[in-house]
Amino acid sequence: MNDIQIQDSLLITPALLVPLLPLIGFLINGLLGKFLPKAITGWIGTLAVLASFVCSVYIFNNLASTQSVNIDLFNWIAFSNINIGFGFLIDPLTVTMLLVVTGIGTLIHLYSIGYMHDDEGITRFFTYLNLFIFFMLLLVMGSNYLVMFIGWEGVGLCSYLLIGFWFKNNAYNNAAKKAFVMNRIGDLGFLLGMFFMLFYFGSLDFGTVAQQAQTLAPDSTLLVAITMLLFVGAMGKSAQLPLYTWLPDAMAGPTPVSALIHAATMVTAGIYMVVRSNILFALSPTTLTFILIIGVATSVFAAVIGLLQNDIKKVLAYSTVSQLGLMFAALGLGAFSSGMFHVLTHAFFKAMLFLGAGSVIHALHGEQDIRKMGGLRKLIPVTYITFFICSLAISGFPFLSGFFSKDEILAHAFEQNKTVWIILSASSFLTAFYMFRLVYLTFSGTFRGTDETKKHIHESPLTMTVPLVILTILATLGGLLGLPEVMSHTHKFGEYLSSVTGASAQYLHPHEKVSHTMEIVLMGIAGVGAIVMIALAWFKYVKKAEQPANDQELKGLSKVIANKFYVDEIYDVVVVKPITILSDLFLVLVDKLFIDLIVNATAWVVATTGKTVRLIQTGNTGLYIFAMVIGMMVLFVIRMFI
Amino acid sequence: MENTLQVVPQNWYLLLSTFLFCIGVMGVLFRRNAIIILMCVELMLNSVNLLLVAFSAYRGNNDGQVFVFFIMVVAAAEVAVGLALLMSIYRNVASTDIDVLSKLKW
Repeated sequence: MNDIQIQDSLLITPALLVPLLPLIGFLINGLLGKFLPKAITGWIGTLAVLASFVCSVYIFNNLASTQSVNIDLFNWIAFSNINIGFGFLIDPLTVTMLLVVTGIGTLIHLYSIGYMHDDEGITRFFTYLNLFIFFMLLLVMGSNYLVMFIGWEGVGLCSYLLIGFWFKNNAYNNAAKKAFVMNRIGDLGFLLGMFFMLFYFGSLDFGTVAQQAQTLAPDSTLLVAITMLLFVGAMGKSAQLPLYTWLPDAMAGPTPVSALIHAATMVTAGIYMVVRSNILFALSPTTLTFILIIGVATSVFAAVIGLLQNDIKKVLAYSTVSQLGLMFAALGLGAFSSGMFHVLTHAFFKAMLFLGAGSVIHALHGEQDIRKMGGLRKLIPVTYITFFICSLAISGFPFLSGFFSKDEILAHAFEQNKTVWIILSASSFLTAFYMFRLVYLTFSGTFRGTDETKKHIHESPLTMTVPLVILTILATLGGLLGLPEVMSHTHKFGEYLSSVTGASAQYLHPHEKVSHTMEIVLMGIAGVGAIVMIALAWFKYVKKAEQPANDQELKGLSKVIANKFYVDEIYDVVVVKPITILSDLFLVLVDKLFIDLIVNATAWVVATTGKTVRLIQTGNTGLYIFAMVIGMMVLFVIRMFI
Repeated sequence: MENTLQVVPQNWYLLLSTFLFCIGVMGVLFRRNAIIILMCVELMLNSVNLLLVAFSAYRGNNDGQVFVFFIMVVAAAEVAVGLALLMSIYRNVASTDIDVLSKLKW
């Protein structure tokens, strides 16, 4: 007992350093960046996050998996019976996210040094990036929902700033605004959820809320309302149907941003939040079912759209949306640790895929259309090999990380609901197909761009290729953290998180675990399916060397899919247009007719009165004195009689 | 014990003050020479001072008389400023007639 006590206090300093270091990096670059040489600012940003990563590793090494450390910094909001502190909670779930955020963050910072080297705004870029890491750490370290919410809003802000990083392009600014507004809709849900908790539980502390929730009847209206509202927040941040449309547009930002914020970390905040409140969610099966439906629908929907996208980053963006859907499906099934496991492996391979795409774009001087690529295998071999391996990983090729994490989710689906299993498997197979469509169109065949571009193709510098290789190694071996029961007697990652996710197990709907034979069969189906889909992509795009059609030639269903099911257009008609029309109406009726009238009339009265009254001012001193005396006499008379 | 001021009945002081004050008001209203107007203002001020002293004597409270000294000091300062203004006006327009000074208007 005494042992743990000492360890707790030992962890406080590194735990405080973790978010503080990126903040210092942000302050140095943000305030003094102007006076520093551009080559240094990138390294300052990178080192700040690296130092933070070292602290995280220290915490990881010293925190027992059953231990959770509460660091209360100060009492933040205190009035009547409401007390909200500002503090950090360090437990295995936090540590997992810390390692992902700072670890992958470091690699992406390093990559950005190479990727952004000739950008004039490089200092600003690293300033934002450090700020993002700080807020993300606040989000995952907060010990109550409010601290989490600050981080939640902060990462939203940084996401906005970084999507619109090249603010001279108006389309990028619009994408940034779209992301911000979409997130705001979700945040409203989160905020309302917090108000409910504060009102009924009198606290926002994770532990207290979970405790209070357990006193309520399972599936009570209050719990369902709270969890639904929280999930609306998660839907916005993690790009689920129907609030996903901002994520593909967010690809307007620089590619490292897409990798860090819109693939590996920020978009998984919604999943983290649900896992963090797993007891609440486990107690409201209605919400879990809703999450499952949304997750499954998003997963398939985005995967289908991904089939016919021609922008290298858009394909990856839809793939991210699809994978996030898969994670939410896992949460909906009550498999919280499996969802987190997929967050982890997905962070590895999706970050790498984005960085690889960035490397391709870098080599082609900004070209993102896969119809103008091809044959890059020989020209940029490191990027090709890493990209290929990570595509295998995301497709669920046997024994790579994605295979294990997806298989775990699919196994949970099979245990509980066969329909869900079939749909998720289908979505997973689609993933394999569109990923390899992307790989083959980009790297195989012959180059389809101009000769001029071809001459300048070059492999990226070391600062960019080193992160690619490290992430690829992680994506390859990451699966070993969560080997299924058949292959290893313990599920390492699940065990590690069990102190966080285990408490909710008793409230979940009990179900038969699949037998080991069945598990092997399921793995076989997933693995063979992935290989078949990869082969299909190879047959179509390498053997027959098919090219994606131009936009005008598309017909029927494929046209609908290539245009993303016209969701943006539908939103435009259903939401944006009515608002615009309503605003125009108000402009004419209320603003111009009513408010302007009042304002102008006031001004007119004042002006006219002034024009008339000023004539009295003749400049004749005698008259003024006379007026003064008369005035005084009037006052005296009034005083006398009243 | 009666003091010297109380030799004269209180009403007479009142009448004298009112009389002096009215002379002052009339002077301010009807004279055109700025110097005379300034003098009339002083007259009004001092008529009030006189009343203050008288009341203070009859009430047996010396505060009023002390007050008058302060008022006189302030009035002296004010006259100095007023005369200085008049001097510079005279230098500019070679007149102290207030009707000449009617430029400051709309």
